[in-house]
Amino acid sequence: MTKKYWITNEAIHLEDVVSKVIRPEAGAISTFMGTVREFTHGKRTLSLEYQAYISMAEKKLEQIGEEIEKRWGNTQTAIAHRIGKLDISEIAVVIAVSTPHRKDAFEASRYAIDRIKEIVPIWKKEIWEDGTSWIGNQKENDSYQEEIPTKEEMSHD
Amino acid sequence: MINVLFFAELQERLGKEKITLEAAGMTVAEVIEKWIAAYELPNLEYAMIAVNESYASKETILENGDTIAFIPPVSGG
Repeated sequence: MTKKYWITNEAIHLEDVVSKVIRPEAGAISTFMGTVREFTHGKRTLSLEYQAYISMAEKKLEQIGEEIEKRWGNTQTAIAHRIGKLDISEIAVVIAVSTPHRKDAFEASRYAIDRIKEIVPIWKKEIWEDGTSWIGNQKENDSYQEEIPTKEEMSHD
Repeated sequence: MINVLFFAELQERLGKEKITLEAAGMTVAEVIEKWIAAYELPNLEYAMIAVNESYASKETILENGDTIAFIPPVSGG
């Protein structure tokens, strides 16, 4: 597998993502894993279902990698995001960023997850004991009205 | 032909993920007004628009073969 940015129905293994960014120039690899949380604001989640506009989502993940390279320089980024039904504690997303020094790797991996929540067309549906709902945005508030990219963000294509 | 894709809540309410329209030469806004508005989809006004997998404005003029997607606020990660 040569892709560095991918959407998959299969379980994601950290090592598969890290292996895309490991290189002699790197002195640091920062990884981020997003996992399925059981309780949100006291409400119990049974499972999640993720859906993606796969072709566009992979392009947007790649765009995030390009933004990271532009901002920090000498970076390698790989991101995998899972779709389909996920149980509690399963891995939804894995990000790996390698850089010469650790500070950039920490900052860039955080930037990557924040950007995923802004521009990548992936949605999650919460499945509770008493119903289901598609979640509108993920800055952990449930308004459907925020998090629309600015014109500037939209022109990054 | 123009393909129109729906995701998440929009797809669930519509009951399908894709419709096909004869809309070359029209803007996205005109397509919404002429066809999509009638479905009365919830929160459609909060969806972003993508044309051919790039975010686009509603003023984008469509060409034959284009794909429009309605992108509800995303919640990946």
